[in-house]
Amino acid sequence: MRKLRRKKANRSASGPAVMTIVVMRLYIANNAPNSVRAIANLEAICKEHLKDNFKLEIIDVLEYPLRALADGILVTPSLAKMSPSPAAKIVGNLSDKRSVLHALGIPEPVA
Amino acid sequence: MNATKSAAHQLLPKIATGIPGFDELSHGGLPRYRTSLLKGGPGSGKTVFALQSLVNAARRRQEPGIFVAFEESTRQIVANAASFDWGLPALAGSKLFFLDAKLSPDVVKSGEFDLSGMLAMLKAKKEEIGAKWIVFDGIDVLLTLLQNPIAEMREIYRIRDWLADNEMNAAIITAKMDGAGSEIVNYGFMQFMVDCVIRFERRLEHGVALHRIQITKYRGSDFVAGEYPVSFGPAGMEVDAPEPAEIKQVASGERISAGFERLDKMLGGGLFRGSSTLITGVPGTSKTTLAGKFVEAACGRGERTLFVSFDESADRIARNLSSVGIQLKACVKSGLLRMYSARTETIGAEDHLVKLKALIREHRPRCMVIDPISAIAKAGGIAAARAVANRFIYLAKGEKITVMVTAINEGDEPETEATDLQISTIADTWIHLSYLIRSGERNRALTIIKSRGTWHSNQVRELVLSDAGPMLADVYTAGGEVLMGTLRWEKESEEKAKTLQRRTEFDHKRHELQAAEADTRARIKVLQQDLERQRLELEKYSSDNEARIVSSIDREQELRRIRSADPAGRAAIRIAAPLAKRRASGSSGNSGRKNKKDAQVAP
Repeated sequence: MRKLRRKKANRSASGPAVMTIVVMRLYIANNAPNSVRAIANLEAICKEHLKDNFKLEIIDVLEYPLRALADGILVTPSLAKMSPSPAAKIVGNLSDKRSVLHALGIPEPVA
Repeated sequence: MNATKSAAHQLLPKIATGIPGFDELSHGGLPRYRTSLLKGGPGSGKTVFALQSLVNAARRRQEPGIFVAFEESTRQIVANAASFDWGLPALAGSKLFFLDAKLSPDVVKSGEFDLSGMLAMLKAKKEEIGAKWIVFDGIDVLLTLLQNPIAEMREIYRIRDWLADNEMNAAIITAKMDGAGSEIVNYGFMQFMVDCVIRFERRLEHGVALHRIQITKYRGSDFVAGEYPVSFGPAGMEVDAPEPAEIKQVASGERISAGFERLDKMLGGGLFRGSSTLITGVPGTSKTTLAGKFVEAACGRGERTLFVSFDESADRIARNLSSVGIQLKACVKSGLLRMYSARTETIGAEDHLVKLKALIREHRPRCMVIDPISAIAKAGGIAAARAVANRFIYLAKGEKITVMVTAINEGDEPETEATDLQISTIADTWIHLSYLIRSGERNRALTIIKSRGTWHSNQVRELVLSDAGPMLADVYTAGGEVLMGTLRWEKESEEKAKTLQRRTEFDHKRHELQAAEADTRARIKVLQQDLERQRLELEKYSSDNEARIVSSIDREQELRRIRSADPAGRAAIRIAAPLAKRRASGSSGNSGRKNKKDAQVAP
């Protein structure tokens, strides 16, 4: 079962206040290398920047191809940000952290 | 070599695309269960080819298909194809599935991605609708997004494996690439991966866009190599495949009129049905009039006819021809004659051919005129026009249409035509019209340069136009010069006077001879009468003589009886007796002479 749902309580922490919950869907292709990498990269980003303020659904396209098709997915891995608006779509294994943060609307921490 | 080739041909199954001309070129279509690559620059016709194949499969064989569009949106593709009569919107809802695989510019790219997800989706869709065909249109757009040659190669492999696992009747991949400046790094591998590579090209020649197609690879099959013109009509793309190398047209022995009697006589009885005639000449030499006369004669026989002209409206041509007694309007009205006038600017020769083909399909003519065929060379390259002119003639022959085309040549020498469209070599009959200027007059001369398979006159004739139509007059040569117009008229009058004089002299002589003959006859008659009279006279004389002899014998007998003579005398009497008897039966002719002999014996 690759369909994952993670929901964590909003836990105030250090850093800028991120009150809203980011809802995302990650479309992967089973254990294809890029897909595995994408999960790892996203989890790392979430852990670092969103703490528990996110909701992620991971959909295995090989298992639910017609759903992915209906969702307008083309390549894997693809990350769709559902809310808050604006919606965004990111393709690739999410190795470029900056572009992911930018697309998700997460302000980059000043080093 | 040949045997193995043909064996391979047997083994390799193919599937028809239904694109006119292409299936002939490829000897059957695309390789079945295999992948074909269509490559070429933008706007070269790759997408139309792919989509048309898909549409044909869905419409003719009820085979559903999937179209994956990487470059254009599905909506754009359907809208672009609306100019073709494919009924695409209806098909898109049932037999065809369009996947909009164009990555939105809003999509953020972060790291590598692959096609495994997409291929899983396509597999699911394929199973859902039972697709037999798949098109990946503009795969280069997707591959360049990978920004990595190794990744590109990997994804090409992935597609290949997918296609191998999901056996389709045919898979088509289109990519923008043109050998030299390819945007795809793994260009060579891409070509290796597929079983059939078709190259498309669009180029400008003298401001006219020309489309070309060429099969550059076909694994396990023979195909017609070389570049062929592609044209686009209402039914979609059409490849002008070459005619089969072997010409198999059946030659007809039937003769039809070339327009008027005198010309038919010069041609040894008219034109052969299904033959082609070329009329050349400088402007104003009545090429159109001759063609019009041919059309009028064809309609007169009740044959469907097509008159194609360029840059001049059909109505004007009909009006101009009516001034020389050629009435075409009634034929148009009855539906026998179709007149079509085309513009030459900006239309390439191949587009003209497509239009002509469509007209032939619509009207089904038995006779056809193109006036002038040289007009197709106006826009675009001469090479293309030359090829089109040739193909048109072959097309007409294949359809058994008797065709007459006119061509303007710049010089007055017919040979200059050879530098133009080069139709003269394939036309069956070649009539050349020229001007002869002599004594302040310009007169039209008609010569038959060639007429295959038939006797034809080698004489130059003067073409005379009147409101009764064109006619041909004999020309005279005097002192090595050809006489036409007024000079011909003078010569004709002179000849006429001479003839009259000769006839009078002859009549006179005949009368004389007749009189002499009658005279001789009369004289013979008189002589015959003389002869008869003389004969009768002679006869009469002979019988008198006999009578005299007989009476003298009688008298001697009487004398003997009276004198009681000896028996010797009796014998003489016995001889004489039969003579007397014969005389009594009234015999004539030489009996007189016989009697004379008897008479000599008797005494």
